[in-house]
Amino acid sequence: MARMYIFKRFERFWHWAQAALIIFMLATGFEIHGSYTLLGWQKAANLHTTAAWTLIGLWLFAIFWHFTTGEWRQYIPTSKNILAVMNYYSVGIFTGAPHPFRVTQLAKHNPLQRLAYLLVKLFINPLIWISGLAYLYYNELAATKIAALAGLPLGSIALVHTAAAFMMLAFLIGHLYLSTTGHTPLAHIKAMITGWEDQEEAEPAPAAGRS
Amino acid sequence: MAAVMASMLLVSAAHAAPDAGSAKLLKSTADHSKFKELKQAFNSGPEVTKACLSCHTEAAKQIQKTEHWNWEYKSPEGQLLGKRHVINNFCTSITSNEADCAACHIGYGFKDEKFDFSAQVNVDCLVCHDTTGKYKKPIGFAGNPVTKDTEFPPGSGKIIKAVDLQAIAQHVGKSSRTTCGACHFYGGGGDGVKHGDLDSSLEAPEKALDVHMDAEGNNFVCDTCHDTQGHQVPGSRYAPTAQDKGEAHVRGKHYSTSPTTCQACHGQAPHKKIAKLNDHTDKVACQTCHIPKFARGGVPTKMSWDWSTSGKRGPDGKPLVTKNADAYEVYNGKKGDFVLAENVIPQYIWFNGKVKYTLRGDKIEASNQPVHINSFEGSASDGKSLIWPVKVFHGKQAYDPVNKTLVVTHLAGEDDTAYWENLNWKKAVAAGMASVNAPFSGKVDFIATDSTWPITHMVAPAKDALHCQDCHAAGGRLEKVPGIYIPGRVSDHNRWLDTAGWAIAALTLLGVLGHGLGRVVVSKRKH
Repeated sequence: MARMYIFKRFERFWHWAQAALIIFMLATGFEIHGSYTLLGWQKAANLHTTAAWTLIGLWLFAIFWHFTTGEWRQYIPTSKNILAVMNYYSVGIFTGAPHPFRVTQLAKHNPLQRLAYLLVKLFINPLIWISGLAYLYYNELAATKIAALAGLPLGSIALVHTAAAFMMLAFLIGHLYLSTTGHTPLAHIKAMITGWEDQEEAEPAPAAGRS
Repeated sequence: MAAVMASMLLVSAAHAAPDAGSAKLLKSTADHSKFKELKQAFNSGPEVTKACLSCHTEAAKQIQKTEHWNWEYKSPEGQLLGKRHVINNFCTSITSNEADCAACHIGYGFKDEKFDFSAQVNVDCLVCHDTTGKYKKPIGFAGNPVTKDTEFPPGSGKIIKAVDLQAIAQHVGKSSRTTCGACHFYGGGGDGVKHGDLDSSLEAPEKALDVHMDAEGNNFVCDTCHDTQGHQVPGSRYAPTAQDKGEAHVRGKHYSTSPTTCQACHGQAPHKKIAKLNDHTDKVACQTCHIPKFARGGVPTKMSWDWSTSGKRGPDGKPLVTKNADAYEVYNGKKGDFVLAENVIPQYIWFNGKVKYTLRGDKIEASNQPVHINSFEGSASDGKSLIWPVKVFHGKQAYDPVNKTLVVTHLAGEDDTAYWENLNWKKAVAAGMASVNAPFSGKVDFIATDSTWPITHMVAPAKDALHCQDCHAAGGRLEKVPGIYIPGRVSDHNRWLDTAGWAIAALTLLGVLGHGLGRVVVSKRKH
């Protein structure tokens, strides 16, 4: 088996730090929401806020990294092979068919992943961030001269923030599961830790997934 | 050697000198015991007042402008209020009972509505300025002190000792927690009865009871916050400041905002360690978090009073009295049943500073609901309200079911119509209503009432303030406060969102588990 260096050091750090922060923020966030008691409200609220600022800091670095390395291109959506990939996850995976997508350094995500991650980056994340900052700075918001912002009820801000959190939770569940669908259950996870992806040597790598 | 010893002695003597000096240094520039005007035998209160006014020429005129004197207040909404006019659900009304009630009037001789509110000699200087603790205005004397040993009630054999007005007049000084408390701690007919946040435990409180009045610490007196100029005491509950957006007051500068509010000293952003708390001050009164409970000083407050059960007599023919384990009355044949409580969690309401009263002539239409003796107005949306802690006091009291009005009851007096003499409601209400020339049908029934009292004293140290989770929780302290979204208050959740959100998460989980199970089954079959 050949090995290929797919995930660079910063990328891996960013991924795992983000994963920890998101899981922690889901746990504390739903406690603040009132769904259960775990740490106590005050602690949950304080830590949630600290984690939010940490994640924002991490993201600033990640955005910089994406643009300076050109890695942002990994998330440009493509329809090419998308049906094949969908077919693989609904049928092929059970029949033992090979994965129609071959990972390369220039295309590390299959078309479904591209779409899912893009959705997280362009929709769920901004929704959480904007509503979260509005939540945090609600008093300042209410004091602005812009009537549309000043009149925004906290309940609506919380509603959007909570809805986005549910989307993130659903994504997390799906993402966790799909991480086990490599050629061995731990293959993807191992790659995300070490950066090295095992390659099956049988076939030459097609240019699938590149637009 | 002797010289060294001598110099050491001199040094220590020099050190001791300033202390001995400061102990004798008066803050006041006048020693009243040296005034010739006060070196005389006073036979009555007004004689003392005359002597006071001979120097303090404007004092009585200032007093006569106050609610303390007039017991009358015209509200901005046009209601004529004050003790002379309102009916409450404790002893219900002053009128026809002045001889008793005026023991807490800052005047002499207020025995009925004919009292001369313009006579300067009727002003009682001593009740606020006594520093000896010996000045007393016994109940039943219309606000007069007793200057000769007197049997009271007549024929009872009980002697009320005379007070020495000369000695008291020679030791006047600033008002104190004790002088203010002599009336304000005992409102409603006894220690702590009415307010719940004012009782005798505040005379020399510990820090835990009141962080400002802490006798060993900040040692505030009432006047420290109720900063009085020209005898005009600010901070009446008849004209409350529900929301103060002003800055912290600096010495010497003039301010239009009340000196009594928390903000008058602490400003608008008082929380330094946890800045997020400052985001609460636009909605939540300081008192809501910083007075976690009232009646914390060991003195219970009355929470309800049912007059309808009064009238029972004991085997000796006297009104029956029942006491609880702590020796507090829970039933009195003259008054009915009481419920007492200590360490009470307040109720919380939106309050904008406007209070509307149900007054004597007001028609009571729905007798199946408690009559609001007063109602605190406010809402989440009026921009003037904050969430305030209040004591809600429940009563059941006499009313006229035919005329549908609250009634004035003649309770106290040495006559046959006084309820506390004969326990006869009809006679007592007839006499009470006659005293205010109000119609009375002759029928007496009882009606449920409630009254609301702001909680603003007994401010606890910061460490004892409420915690986030006291309100940010299901069933928390602010559970019933409407019109506001409180994170963590489950009743604020949009049920559709929560149901859909958890359902989607659960379905995703089920989906991936099913998918995974499929993979496991397939891979088992292959091997």
